[in-house]
Amino acid sequence: MGEKNIWLAVWRRLHIDLWLFIGLVVISGYGLLVLYSASGANEAMFRNRIIQVGLGFTVMLVMAQFSPKFYQRLAPYLFGVGIVLLILVDLVGTTSKGAQRWLDLGLFRFQPSEIVKLAVPLMVAVYLGKRSLPPKLGDTFIALLLIIVPTLLVAIQPDLGTSILVSASGVFVVFLAGMSWWLILIAVIALAGFIPIMWFYLMHDYQRTRVLTLLDPEKDPLGAGYHILQSKIAIGSGGIWGKGWMQGTQSQLEFLPEPHTDFIFAVLSEEHGMIGFTVLMAIYLFIVARGLMIGVNAQTAFGRILVGALTLIFFVYVFVNIGMVSGILPVVGVPLPLVSYGGTSFVTLMAGFGLIMSIHTHKEHFFKGTK
Amino acid sequence: MKLKKWLAQPAHEPIRDKKAERNLFARRALVSFLAVIGLSAILFTNLYHLQVVNYDTYQTRSNGNRIKLLPLPPTRGLIYDRNGKLLAENLTFFGLYIVPEKVENLDRTFEELQSIVGLTQEDIANFSKERRRTSRYTSILLKADLTEEQIARFAVNQYKFPSLEIKPYFKRHYLYGEPLTHILGYVAKINDKDVERLKKEDKIANYAGSSDIGKLGIERYYEDQLHGTVGFEEVEINNRGKVIRKLREQPAVAGKSIHLTIDLDLQRYILDLLGGHKGAVVVLDPKDSSILAMVSTPSYDNNLFVGGISGGDYKRLLDDPGRPLYSRVTQGAYPPASTVKPFIAVAGLQENVITPGTTVFDPGYWVLPNTTKRFRDWKRSGHGYTDLNKAITESSDTYFYQLAYNMGIDRLSAWMKRFGFGMPTGIDIREETAAIMPSREWKQKRYKKPWVQGDTISVGIGQGYWTATPLQLAKALSILINNGKVNTPHLMKSVEGSTTEVYQDPLLYDDITEPKALYWDLAKRGMYNVVNAANGTARKAFAGTNYHVAGKSGTAQVFSLKENQTYNAGSLVKELHDHAWFIGYAPYEEPKIVVAVILENAGGGGSNAGPVVRRIMDYYLNIRWPQLHGEGSQSDLPESLPHNDQVVE
Repeated sequence: MGEKNIWLAVWRRLHIDLWLFIGLVVISGYGLLVLYSASGANEAMFRNRIIQVGLGFTVMLVMAQFSPKFYQRLAPYLFGVGIVLLILVDLVGTTSKGAQRWLDLGLFRFQPSEIVKLAVPLMVAVYLGKRSLPPKLGDTFIALLLIIVPTLLVAIQPDLGTSILVSASGVFVVFLAGMSWWLILIAVIALAGFIPIMWFYLMHDYQRTRVLTLLDPEKDPLGAGYHILQSKIAIGSGGIWGKGWMQGTQSQLEFLPEPHTDFIFAVLSEEHGMIGFTVLMAIYLFIVARGLMIGVNAQTAFGRILVGALTLIFFVYVFVNIGMVSGILPVVGVPLPLVSYGGTSFVTLMAGFGLIMSIHTHKEHFFKGTK
Repeated sequence: MKLKKWLAQPAHEPIRDKKAERNLFARRALVSFLAVIGLSAILFTNLYHLQVVNYDTYQTRSNGNRIKLLPLPPTRGLIYDRNGKLLAENLTFFGLYIVPEKVENLDRTFEELQSIVGLTQEDIANFSKERRRTSRYTSILLKADLTEEQIARFAVNQYKFPSLEIKPYFKRHYLYGEPLTHILGYVAKINDKDVERLKKEDKIANYAGSSDIGKLGIERYYEDQLHGTVGFEEVEINNRGKVIRKLREQPAVAGKSIHLTIDLDLQRYILDLLGGHKGAVVVLDPKDSSILAMVSTPSYDNNLFVGGISGGDYKRLLDDPGRPLYSRVTQGAYPPASTVKPFIAVAGLQENVITPGTTVFDPGYWVLPNTTKRFRDWKRSGHGYTDLNKAITESSDTYFYQLAYNMGIDRLSAWMKRFGFGMPTGIDIREETAAIMPSREWKQKRYKKPWVQGDTISVGIGQGYWTATPLQLAKALSILINNGKVNTPHLMKSVEGSTTEVYQDPLLYDDITEPKALYWDLAKRGMYNVVNAANGTARKAFAGTNYHVAGKSGTAQVFSLKENQTYNAGSLVKELHDHAWFIGYAPYEEPKIVVAVILENAGGGGSNAGPVVRRIMDYYLNIRWPQLHGEGSQSDLPESLPHNDQVVE
């Protein structure tokens, strides 16, 4: 073996997909740059973020080492634990901003909804992956049941945004597994019919306000509309070229709410303009494209639908965050993937990418040599 | 675990078509990717809309957020007397300012401040009032006039109150207070009514940084000149309104200073002279009717009103029976009494109602023809045969009853209006009454009753419905001295900013041009004799002057006597005693001052008001005038001037 081959062997041992890895490194680096400015050059926050990023990459790396079979076996336990914790949160969780989302474990608080973000697609993928695809009607319903239970548990916290994302992550699995288009059509119609019920009976006042605010932020520019209005002003005033790094007046002078977390996209758009947005979207789309490609090339049905679903949900986070910050979606607490400050979100996402890499790099090599 | 098995291992697994499944996924993945592209296109379109299409709008709004115009209030112009003595200045004080929106718990902050700067309930009440007037995120004065100790104590505790700050501010200060209150007026906090007016006059923007506005007197009348022009500081602020940096500054233009025609020393001399007696004095320069002194007693300290008068102080001023709040010189309407006789004489001569030689027999009363109604003369025994000169010198009522009767109210009223009675004098303060020059129309309107002939008779001696202010009398006398030339009495000598504007007479009224010089002269001679002739009513008061005076006394009845009653001061309450009038000017040959004095309830004019005029003239002509202008000229004139001196004509 030559030296080159040694490196290749080491690389193979790392169980990493180079293209996806590059995409993740670039987006994390860009995120660090924006965060430094968004935090007002807060060095402590910047250091924390580096730790978060390091932790995230470590989790990804570790998760990539286990074979997909391990995750298939783990899925029901993870799913079960997730459900139990969600029930616990609903019963004894810590209230923050009128919603019970956190479980205080003494040492740290964490959101069980983060677990189900991964556990739900994993569970559904395991369930459907074992069956012939496209799934039969009965299997589809059981899969949907696996989605609905955690979704409702999250929704009553109440955390409407996350519950929609959790259900979406599961639904993508079912969709990619080949759920019939007729069923999809019926589901869409049912959902459309459900919206008014949700509006009048299930949504809290503050949730309704958010939606109404979205429709007309100018109605109450200093109250409910303040966040979204300031965010739009930040984005719009960035123009094509942006005001320059650390030069965004909306963010630096603190007119923009939560500039380092959920609204970091506004900081990016203000300081780097349309160009910065385009670069960001290009990297995201590269990651999504690479993810879907890995999915297409996966060996097992489980691998395919899980990778595909995780990739799509990643894009949904991107879309929802940018959509809400730029004023076309209601404000739900969804961070900008891999860019917003916050360890939980970063680590959960990287865990997902760890799963994707695990599936990509643990192929059974029956066919090697026949080619 | 059964469930686990069931989940993991389907019961009847058919043979799977792996290739078909692979293709199915590939198709679904493609659909998904197209959806991803579609959604990305939506985001892109939205961003394009925000950042390119509406860039200008958001750019403007972003600047609107961060750029704030902070007003820089101008310094108010100063006020000086005619000799350049400072009368009103601006003092620097330190105040504690608060931006209420930035404070989390106002009540707790107020509580803590109680011990630190001695915040009182009144301060808090004032703050609340001011807060309602100002817009959000404006710095509002919470505690004014901090002592050095309070400043030091706050400085130590500043860290507890990050959104409070100590700033210097100007406060108007009147150096002399009381003697000048009715002239200078005062400034005080801008109230809702002021705001409304400023808005209507489109001046509100100029008051962006001002807290005070002229409310009375010169401060009010010359507000526009004194206030100046507001400046602006363009600053970048953060979302809590904190100034990050200054972008641009347009400095304020200080208000112009005003030089008054008032002679401070004379003003103070007169105030001392009156010694608290209710009354009013006005001294004019007859050359142009500039006011040298204008005293109304009792007065009050105008500094009380600057920065808000306390409820107790204000009530005390309102309830004071001496009515210090009102300026007697311009707002006191008194029956002018006999002081108007010289003016009526001019009118009578011009209207040919009398001639210089017209003689009336005065038995001590006058009877309205075809009635039995008697009008008594002040001198019960009568003046005997009385011609015009004697009528003025001795102040014969009968002569003027007859004159008024012959002239009729219409002509009398019209003429006296030309002398300025019943009309605002046009003085440059707003606190002025026109008083009343009665006429047929006036009575009909006021009392819904027609004018009767008897009404005219008392008007002939300046009584009845007729009222006048001391300033109106001084102005009328000035017209007489100048043979009908009307000058507007005024307090402003010049306004000095970057340029100097000297007072311009607005020429509100026409001059009285018809009477020939002789007629004017006859009236003046009568007045000379009042003071100098042996039978003059004010001879005693002016005995021994080293200059010649002309004047006219008046005794205004507050209380009308019944026909056969005698006026007996001892039996009347003080408030019903006669008001003493005296108007005069000196030197007779070349008049330098006109003085009008009224002393409320002091009794006869010649003997009570006369000496006051004498003292003022002595002071001015012998002390002030030589000091300021050098010796005045002196001439010898006889004691008494005959009226039919043909040389004059």
